[in-house]
Amino acid sequence: MKKRSWMTIGIALTFLATALLTGCGSKEGGDGNGANGDSTSEAASALESIKSRGKLVVGVKYDTKLFGLKDPASGNVEGFDVDIAKALAKEILGDETKIELKEVTSKTRIPMLNNNDIDMIVATMTITEERKKEVDFSDVYFKAGQSLLVKKGSPIKSIDDIKKGTKVLSVKGSTSVDNIKAKAPDATILEFDNYQDAFSALKAGQGDTLTTDNAILYGMAVQDPNFEVVGEPFTDEPYGIAIKKGAADLLNSVNAGLKKLHDSGEYDKIYEKWIGQAPSGE
Amino acid sequence: MPDISIFTDNFEIYMKGFGNTIWASVIALLGSFALGTIIAVFRISSVKPLRWIGTAYVEFVRNIPLLLVVFMFYYGLPSLGVTLNGFICGTVGLMVYTASFVAEAIRAGIMSIPTGQTEAARASGLTYMQTMRHVVLPQAIKIVIPPLSNQFINLVKNSSILGVFAGFDLMYYGDQVASKTYATFDTYIFVAALYLVLTIPLSFAALQLERKLAKNG
Repeated sequence: MKKRSWMTIGIALTFLATALLTGCGSKEGGDGNGANGDSTSEAASALESIKSRGKLVVGVKYDTKLFGLKDPASGNVEGFDVDIAKALAKEILGDETKIELKEVTSKTRIPMLNNNDIDMIVATMTITEERKKEVDFSDVYFKAGQSLLVKKGSPIKSIDDIKKGTKVLSVKGSTSVDNIKAKAPDATILEFDNYQDAFSALKAGQGDTLTTDNAILYGMAVQDPNFEVVGEPFTDEPYGIAIKKGAADLLNSVNAGLKKLHDSGEYDKIYEKWIGQAPSGE
Repeated sequence: MPDISIFTDNFEIYMKGFGNTIWASVIALLGSFALGTIIAVFRISSVKPLRWIGTAYVEFVRNIPLLLVVFMFYYGLPSLGVTLNGFICGTVGLMVYTASFVAEAIRAGIMSIPTGQTEAARASGLTYMQTMRHVVLPQAIKIVIPPLSNQFINLVKNSSILGVFAGFDLMYYGDQVASKTYATFDTYIFVAALYLVLTIPLSFAALQLERKLAKNG
């Protein structure tokens, strides 16, 4: 009899401990990052809650060289998008260190924005009419175009060489997937969770070419010189900063911040730092 | 309440994935059962090298995450000159991985048969193979059904690994629908429901099989 009651107590305690630990974990996750209570007022007070929290939470890529790449050694995330985000934190909160970066992928960024896990998305995100139904976009802050990455010596030289049976690699949730399906409907499209997985697949020969924005592809070519970007860009990919729908005050702050960056010349500096040349007639 | 239009509008996409998940699960299930039985017999064999192979296989494979097993097939094999697509790598990886657990379940079943039986069988003139086939394995199967059915249900769920390696399964197409509709929660509720359509009948069938074998004693 005694043995049985000890077991029951033991099991009950384990459940209790698990519940407490899970509760603690999610509480930190929920409140700490811009979660607002009432959905009607939350859009209007988005900017205020950021200011009162004292920290801007931004979703950036961790897998994209030149835009948002986490250095596994130092743990730092660096890139064009990251610098833009920091500059905005400086404009909105006065201090570029008052920022928290969170990893997003093309697949997770909108859900995370809508869940209030992040305040804004600065992650090589193309402005499209489809997406405008889900989120609000800032002014264009970078102009890219979709292109192709191939192994040096590949017979593929442009989008016209993509035919039936060509294996094209891309990333789930990106405009690149929709565009390539429209432009080369006979090709086989393989989608991956993020750019590093897609690039690994290309390197392993699981595909003939990788397609996404040329800016991202240049970053990959830098990482592995056996690969090169080919062909002219075959779409326009204007990048915008995505904000939760209806947060007008935050949107205005972001656009004001972007304008200031352009006027002060700070934008050109960031552009040259990462892209290696001056922006053309921005 | 999930929005049913997400499911109905994308029905064909869901079904494409569902079909491939069934294919992958059936192939991997049969394969892992066969492979697992062989490995189990190796492990209890009196031939040392066979025992060594069986043990090495089980200890190595079951202690690596499934993700890494498939990873090695998908990203590793090409450097040896063999490039297989996501569906094949996922299915084979799933089979190899599950076989290690199946082997252990079968081995436990075999070892639960009292050695007296094996000795009596051998003494009566049956060969090792005949003993296995007619005396040991039939009894072991009964004991092995519950853990084995667990492994096979796990297998169906684990088949979702194909989604990470462009395997065109239910999870892969689920990701596509979620990206297309932005209705993350709804999309995956239907994905989960489709997995249940596979796993619940499997559990039920296993239960029925258990009962039938128990009756025949």
